[in-house]
Amino acid sequence: MTSLEVAGLAKSFGGVTAVDDVTFSITPGHIHSIIGPNGAGKTTLFNLVAGLYVPTSGTVRLAGQDVTALAPHQRAALGLGRTFQNLQIFFNMSAIENVMVGRHLRRRAGFLGSLFALPSAWADNREARAQAARLMARVGLEAYLDAEADAMPYGALKRLEIARALAAEPSLLMLDEPAAGLNPTETQEIDRLIQSIAADGITVVLVEHDMKLVMGISDHIIVLDHGRLLAQGTPAEVARDPQVVAAYLGGEPA
Amino acid sequence: MANPALGRWGGLIVLIVVVAALPLVLPNKFYYDIAVKTGLNALVCVGLNLLIGYAGQISLGHAAFFALGGYASAVLTTRYEWNGFLALGAGAVATGIVAYLVARPILRLKGHYLAMATLAFGIIVSLVLNREIWLTGGPDGITVPTLRLGDMRLRSAETWYWITGGALVVVTYLALNLIHSPSGRAIRALHGSEVAAETLGIDVARTKTMVFVLSAVIAAIAGSLFAHADRFITPNEAGFLRSVELVTMVVLGGMASTFGAIVGAALLTVLPQALAGFDEFKHIVLGAILVGTMIFLPKGLVPSLGALIRRWRR
Repeated sequence: MTSLEVAGLAKSFGGVTAVDDVTFSITPGHIHSIIGPNGAGKTTLFNLVAGLYVPTSGTVRLAGQDVTALAPHQRAALGLGRTFQNLQIFFNMSAIENVMVGRHLRRRAGFLGSLFALPSAWADNREARAQAARLMARVGLEAYLDAEADAMPYGALKRLEIARALAAEPSLLMLDEPAAGLNPTETQEIDRLIQSIAADGITVVLVEHDMKLVMGISDHIIVLDHGRLLAQGTPAEVARDPQVVAAYLGGEPA
Repeated sequence: MANPALGRWGGLIVLIVVVAALPLVLPNKFYYDIAVKTGLNALVCVGLNLLIGYAGQISLGHAAFFALGGYASAVLTTRYEWNGFLALGAGAVATGIVAYLVARPILRLKGHYLAMATLAFGIIVSLVLNREIWLTGGPDGITVPTLRLGDMRLRSAETWYWITGGALVVVTYLALNLIHSPSGRAIRALHGSEVAAETLGIDVARTKTMVFVLSAVIAAIAGSLFAHADRFITPNEAGFLRSVELVTMVVLGGMASTFGAIVGAALLTVLPQALAGFDEFKHIVLGAILVGTMIFLPKGLVPSLGALIRRWRR
């Protein structure tokens, strides 16, 4: 059983082909990374998998199920979680409420139950708050339990997004540049956090520019260039691949 | 605030006390009538604020839902001699269905386009109420019979004060419940980031529709109460300026603040009475207040004052 399977996936915006006939599969567990130079199509690929874009052609399968026609919220219900390269924080809420929104799929109270404050809504609130506090502590945000999201620094918001995604208990977590804009200490903390998430049995798919981070923690790397799959394999295999070296350092492959 | 629950229920208690104590300072029927109008506007605004302030969607047609509720009561009780409470319920359900049918296509739009679509909806309702004279009485309006509860005739301004005040407390309580619940967090998430909301499993279209329908139903109930309290309703209630007035109340009081919506409704209901001399210029003053609020208090009165008090305490 594969965790994620992408077959012949393509996406064009007008005349520009951002993702071009990409096929790969991701096995459950472990840390997988998608790398490539700027404009290689990494984020487009993420958005296709999450369902934010409709592919021009090709299919996406989650845990064996074809989800190509499903909306993003339906894919989330099947265990897909993600964070964003450009932060997508709910700035109109407190930090802990951001993470509590992550418990949406685990709620039991419906709209009317919420409106009339039925016991199920109370139980949901209690459970969501406890889980959110636990997850905030896990990502190192215990100091921000009472903070408003719009009063938090950038590095903390990156981790808040991870806590929020974890709150939904995904089986596959896609992290879009979790270390972008972070200093070396913060990057190390994120590194450890990603490894602990993977150790919990969550399949992690990473898009990241920080090569040191990627090479250090990835079990499997997929290299994109100009929207096409260039190479894949272990970090060592990918680092040796002449096409990958050429794509990153310029020039023609030897 | 250190304990958000304290502010929430403390605010509700303040509201109950104000509603209970206000009659002590209301000298005559004229003031009771203004208080009833204030309460009904506040009722609509608490619902509208869920849509505008919390879900981040605009509606420039909410007066239409108010009028639909009012006309449902008027038409069903006069032409079909329904029981008033039954008519109120039927009006609320029917308006909810209309809102649902309108919401699905309209709420896919964003920003200006959503504003235009809700505006157009309001104009259509207003036109129908003006033109279908056989049913609605046309521009002259329609007289509504006194609401009866058993043998009791609910007629006096005092009676309507308590009905409106009670309804406002109940709806405020429900709104506060909703905001601090799983569904309420989903609603607020739409305002924060639709993309993030979707990827956390929130059905964006469904959530928007729910909150739109809820705010429309609250407006319809307020409209029914208004029709019986005033015993008269005209198509003006569905008018564009009326919709703008409702939005102004929400924005002035403070978006995403339930008590702000109530304060905004109270100010903009009482203020025109105080500015009675300005009559023709009322809408200019209204516009000036909205522009002034956007420039000087972009978060609205209650949130801005709240922030000020918090800074002052430190």
